[in-house]
Amino acid sequence: MDRRNFLRNTGFVAAGSLFVPAFMKPLEAMALDELSLYKNLVVVQLSGGNDGLNTVIPFGNDIYYQKRKSIAIKPEEVIKLNDMQGLNPNMQALREIYDQGWMTIINDVGYPNPDRSHFRSMDIWQTGSDSNQFLSTGWIGRYLDSNCQTCKFPYTAIEVDDSLSLAMKGQTKKGIALKDPAALYRNTNDPFFKAMLQSDKEHLDEDNLGYLYKTMIETQSSASYIQNTSKIYKSQATYPQSGFANQLKTVSKFISSGLKTRVYYVSLSGFDTHVNQLNQQGNLLKQYSDGMAAFLKDLKTNNKLEDTLVVTFSEFGRRVEQNASNGTDHGTANNMFVFGGRLKKQGIFNAAPNLGDLDTGDLKYQLDFRQVYGTILDKWLDVNNADILNKKFNTLDFI
Amino acid sequence: MIMSAKDNFIQVKHLYNRAGFGISYTDLSKLSKKNINKVVDALLQNSKKDDPITLVNDSESKRQMLVQAGLYSKKDLTDEEKKMRREIVQMQNEVSRDLNIAWVSKMINTETPLREKMTLFWHGHFACRNNNPMYAQQLNNIQRQHGLGSFRTLLIEVSKSPAMLQYLNNQQNKKGKPNENFARELMELFTLGRGNYTEKDIKESARSFTGWTYDKDGTFLFRKNQHDDGTKTFFGKIGNFEGENIIDIILEKPETASFISRKVYKFFVNDNPNEAHVKELAEHFYQSKYDISELMKKMFTSEWFYSLENVGTKIKSPAEFLIGLSREFFVTYNKPSVLIQLQSSLGQYLFNPPNVAGWPGGQNWIDSSSLMLRMRIPSLVLNDGEIDFSGKADPEDEAVIALSRTATTNANNGKPKSYVNANADWTKFLDTLPKSLTPLELTEFLLQPRLTDKIVKMVSDNKGLRSTAVEITSMPEYQLC
Repeated sequence: MDRRNFLRNTGFVAAGSLFVPAFMKPLEAMALDELSLYKNLVVVQLSGGNDGLNTVIPFGNDIYYQKRKSIAIKPEEVIKLNDMQGLNPNMQALREIYDQGWMTIINDVGYPNPDRSHFRSMDIWQTGSDSNQFLSTGWIGRYLDSNCQTCKFPYTAIEVDDSLSLAMKGQTKKGIALKDPAALYRNTNDPFFKAMLQSDKEHLDEDNLGYLYKTMIETQSSASYIQNTSKIYKSQATYPQSGFANQLKTVSKFISSGLKTRVYYVSLSGFDTHVNQLNQQGNLLKQYSDGMAAFLKDLKTNNKLEDTLVVTFSEFGRRVEQNASNGTDHGTANNMFVFGGRLKKQGIFNAAPNLGDLDTGDLKYQLDFRQVYGTILDKWLDVNNADILNKKFNTLDFI
Repeated sequence: MIMSAKDNFIQVKHLYNRAGFGISYTDLSKLSKKNINKVVDALLQNSKKDDPITLVNDSESKRQMLVQAGLYSKKDLTDEEKKMRREIVQMQNEVSRDLNIAWVSKMINTETPLREKMTLFWHGHFACRNNNPMYAQQLNNIQRQHGLGSFRTLLIEVSKSPAMLQYLNNQQNKKGKPNENFARELMELFTLGRGNYTEKDIKESARSFTGWTYDKDGTFLFRKNQHDDGTKTFFGKIGNFEGENIIDIILEKPETASFISRKVYKFFVNDNPNEAHVKELAEHFYQSKYDISELMKKMFTSEWFYSLENVGTKIKSPAEFLIGLSREFFVTYNKPSVLIQLQSSLGQYLFNPPNVAGWPGGQNWIDSSSLMLRMRIPSLVLNDGEIDFSGKADPEDEAVIALSRTATTNANNGKPKSYVNANADWTKFLDTLPKSLTPLELTEFLLQPRLTDKIVKMVSDNKGLRSTAVEITSMPEYQLC
């Protein structure tokens, strides 16, 4: 491949210098219609296997109380959403969000032949694979690879973290991980880094070395774009003091300053509650809910809630029956949450888990998680989900 | 083709980068005087020695496992017993981390580089996670002991190891209730590769592995009463096949030699296999009755191994990068746990592969954050800098995180700042170099890709060897071998 081709294929062709990519001049490059209705997706990962049954509590079902003698949430403490299900009392902050119609709860999401290993199941959720299939690319990564209209920039997907999750890695394109845009900007403007990139045209047609240089150039350009676009924005909102809320605050800053990023990825870990679950999970759910509520209200204030869809998942739910240590062990199907200002079906999306019909003590899934992904890909990111998920999944009507 | 001294220098360096973890300037100067085939012979010869890892104390592990098994079988535990159970898990996690560090240190200091490199290759090929450090060490030692021997022996030993039997659920594989996980991965990932077997072959062979399990001591155990000794049809053959018979039938198929040779080629030569070269290797491997040393010798003595498209063109794995750097500069890690943090941040936490398919490798190692980190690590390690990044929490550590989490204060997500706290032995390093060595010559030595004008210019105005070394190892070119 000659250099011109290389540059063309990576989307670097711009008027003037070959080394000033189009997105370095965002306002000029952007058509006016692109400035409005720019749809964002925020993926929130709860790591460790969140206990869905103590998150959205089936207080209307006696089996729940029989199976969870010491860790069930009492009916009077539940934040009731209908006569069957309600939220954990630590999720008070989401009550208002729910009442506003900004939240949808999807019950019993899973996949066939579920795996109980954290690692493997997270792998499955992040790659969107079958349970006996091993993919080395993530579902968002493959969305980036698809080279669609909505995913052409290297900063199309941002993870607010130090390292990049498999979900964000495609074959040829990958998302970018950063915690602090200013720090990344400083690092890519370090004299040594800049010197390495100077007039190094000779490498760009070589396979692996070219790939390294291409990654460096994209990182530098993205860092400049992200920093320059977002540094002027000052958030008026108050966020709770937590690492999770900080991640969301960064995402809000990016969205509100008009960054042309499509997908954001954040995570909260510690949900593997085998022992003395009530306090631990309660604390985490509070962190989650307080952070999410602040985030969604912040977006609303900035008129961005309509353009944002947030989806929360965990790698599996937990067994219906509690264990002997006042905790729960690894299970299967789990609930997912969807938030946004343009939800088609608000509230509780489908029937509550059927605790009377279990598969050796575990919930049976009603919906495949790839139907949720497929819906988002088709209806929100405007791509054909079969191109990303390797087969067509029926979409749902929550958006 | 007549080799000049310089060509030989490049070849030996290439050989040691791929077959080992780099080479010191002193050794390189010595070996460059020899014919490359002789160097390959000597490399194979000196890697004959097998020196297992003996960090995990078997009797202590067995005692813990007995206690653990007792606790798991009880219904209601006292607080004392719960505490004991937690402590055992904690101890195991700690020993698992020590095991990781022991192996990384072994690779940094090894005198049998090819054997350790093969162990690393098989570690990714027979990828396995096991929380029990005794089992993990056992599997690692199997991969080391047989890594240059007979592939058949290696395959059987791995298949019979508690680590793998547990990881691929073979304890649940019983007569009348087969679990096909092991049989599937055996063919898909360990031998034949996708497309070279049918679902029926999996079903039938799974029956042959029923009853393959292990006892409390971690010794392989064949449970006859759980074994299905009925007739099986496997690849058109009919018989009362036992597990070993299945493995032999798989090895009779040349596709197995081809699959392994391609994987070896991708690991040692080039991410994009040249099918003609793979075929050469596969035929030789098959004819040698799966002798791994023969395969490696064939590869390292092939002219194409040293051809331009194969030198300085492969992206180092995080392990190769970290071990190579530490080895070259005689780095001591005063707080060895930093090695785990680095592995995890770079995406290759040894003993913790993403799944049974191992690490995908190649360009998958590189994204913006991992590349930025790789370019900063040399200055951190060689100049003892502060680490302001951290890897992701390992999913298996979630339970520990759950226990240690507090309600509010988590501003940095539970990831404290830390220092590398390592020392490079500069005196020792500089002693390996000729006194007259220029920064440019040092650059030629440390980098595998051909030098561009830009690099030549960058190092030519450099002050000394030490700062040159830090600069070179921070370059994207240093990511290649």
